[in-house]
Amino acid sequence: MTGGYGPGPFARTLAWMAVIYLVLPITIVIPVSFTDQRFLSLPRDGLSLRHYENLITSAPWLSAIGQSAMIAVVSTLLAVIAGTLCAIGCWRIGNRTTEWLRALMLLPLIIPSIVYAVGLYRYFGALDLLGTFLGVVLAHGVTGIPYVVITVSAALSSFDPRLEQAARGMGASLSQTLRWVILPRIAPGIASGAIFAFIHSWDELVMVLFIASRSIVTLPRKIWDGINENADPTMAVVAVLLIVLTLSLLLLDGALRKRRDA
Amino acid sequence: MSSAVLTTRAAVPAPVPRHFANAGWYALILPAFLLMTAIYVAPILQVLAISVTEPTTGLDNYERLLTNAGVQRAIVTTLRIGLITTAIALLLGYVLAYVVALASPAAQRWWLLAVLVPLWISVLVRAFAWVTLLRRQGLVNQGLMNAGIIDAPLALVWNELGIVIGMVHYMVPYAVLPMLASMREIDPRLLAAARGLGASRFTVFRRVFFPLSAPGLAASGVLVFIFSLGFYITPAILGGGRTLMAAEWIKMQILDIVRWGMGAMLATVLVIAILTTLAVFSRVVNLKRLFGAGA
Repeated sequence: MTGGYGPGPFARTLAWMAVIYLVLPITIVIPVSFTDQRFLSLPRDGLSLRHYENLITSAPWLSAIGQSAMIAVVSTLLAVIAGTLCAIGCWRIGNRTTEWLRALMLLPLIIPSIVYAVGLYRYFGALDLLGTFLGVVLAHGVTGIPYVVITVSAALSSFDPRLEQAARGMGASLSQTLRWVILPRIAPGIASGAIFAFIHSWDELVMVLFIASRSIVTLPRKIWDGINENADPTMAVVAVLLIVLTLSLLLLDGALRKRRDA
Repeated sequence: MSSAVLTTRAAVPAPVPRHFANAGWYALILPAFLLMTAIYVAPILQVLAISVTEPTTGLDNYERLLTNAGVQRAIVTTLRIGLITTAIALLLGYVLAYVVALASPAAQRWWLLAVLVPLWISVLVRAFAWVTLLRRQGLVNQGLMNAGIIDAPLALVWNELGIVIGMVHYMVPYAVLPMLASMREIDPRLLAAARGLGASRFTVFRRVFFPLSAPGLAASGVLVFIFSLGFYITPAILGGGRTLMAAEWIKMQILDIVRWGMGAMLATVLVIAILTTLAVFSRVVNLKRLFGAGA
């Protein structure tokens, strides 16, 4: 395809080094999680599952996982509903105003989360939402909207607008058109958006540090406290589980995309 | 006849003014718009407002940019680390994008997987992995000492070196994506033609490939640089609290010494710097492509 022009050995070597730098450090947590020692180290005399046992019997870790999962599920729901409807509206109207609206929806990707977190700390303080489940869900949900808008817009760009016009022309109401014509066609795009919005909330720390006070301890918050205090191999176990979860969600997304393209 | 009229009416709705025809679609946008303005934009505008109203109304906080050594140091540190990070991430990202763009479709999938998976792994997990590797009793130092290469552990983390290692690691995937998009638009026949006309591989790269990939390089540079300005978690963990970048300085002002005006001022400067950079480069950086079609 490239007509005999390929990367030379120098470029190849550098690229391999870059990939090793990207991937290898992350995998180091896997052997460390199986260590038989009581501190962060590679296994010495054999593999051990004691730190896995530690994790599943530790109430604080389990509660953090539960809180994170609850928050991620509800905020994903919020982001998916608002983001999908918004992307459809912008796509169908398609004028200058909606271009601006779509740009507005992408702001959370551009503005550093520290700025937003500081603002929320004050704003939620006045609304009495600090340290509440609702507060964290709102913050994560709103900042999850861009991921949904992006994936749903991408799915809509390959959707034939004449289908929608035909449905409307034959007398379908707006909600009927949405339910029976548009949504089924873009379902894989919505699912992709949901996956990314979920990962976003599940991993989010900066906002939580400011607005969750001590009453809500999400998983990232617990890891954060652990890194700064005394890091023990249980953290490596948590890291492994997080990597496995992210990988499975990405695989799921890949499978959905394949189905959409087929 | 009247029934015929009725059926035509039902089949072809009377033409409504376009304005009203769109009302239903605008209603779909409304929930996201309300959420975004009430829960996202309003708190940020409030930060901008605080920067000129607390403790007194006026530009006093901004005046401190010229007189306060602490904030100046934070800004210089942020710019220095941001530039170093951007330069290294661009170099590694460029090589990766180059090799990916020229690889066969099957090989491309594997390369891309290696680039994209780290992008989605939690930033905390990655910082934790780096701490495990780089700290004094970490695996790298122990390995080097056991091999007899060094006698005393090297200071690889809890300083600027650690921050740069962690930040570059975070930024490389973001650097790859825009560059790869622009490299994929390069017509491979141009490269083959240049080769066929007798140019060496290096000449083809320097005279044909590199100039054509330059817009993607600029886009990646802008993206990585603005991301690195507001970075919080990685510098906080790998810097060990000794190197203060802008985000951590803001956090300190607000949570530790409760000087809202100063914290809000630097936050505002950060937002303005980022939006200005984007505006200046909006000709080379197609934002819609960066965020719209990239996913």
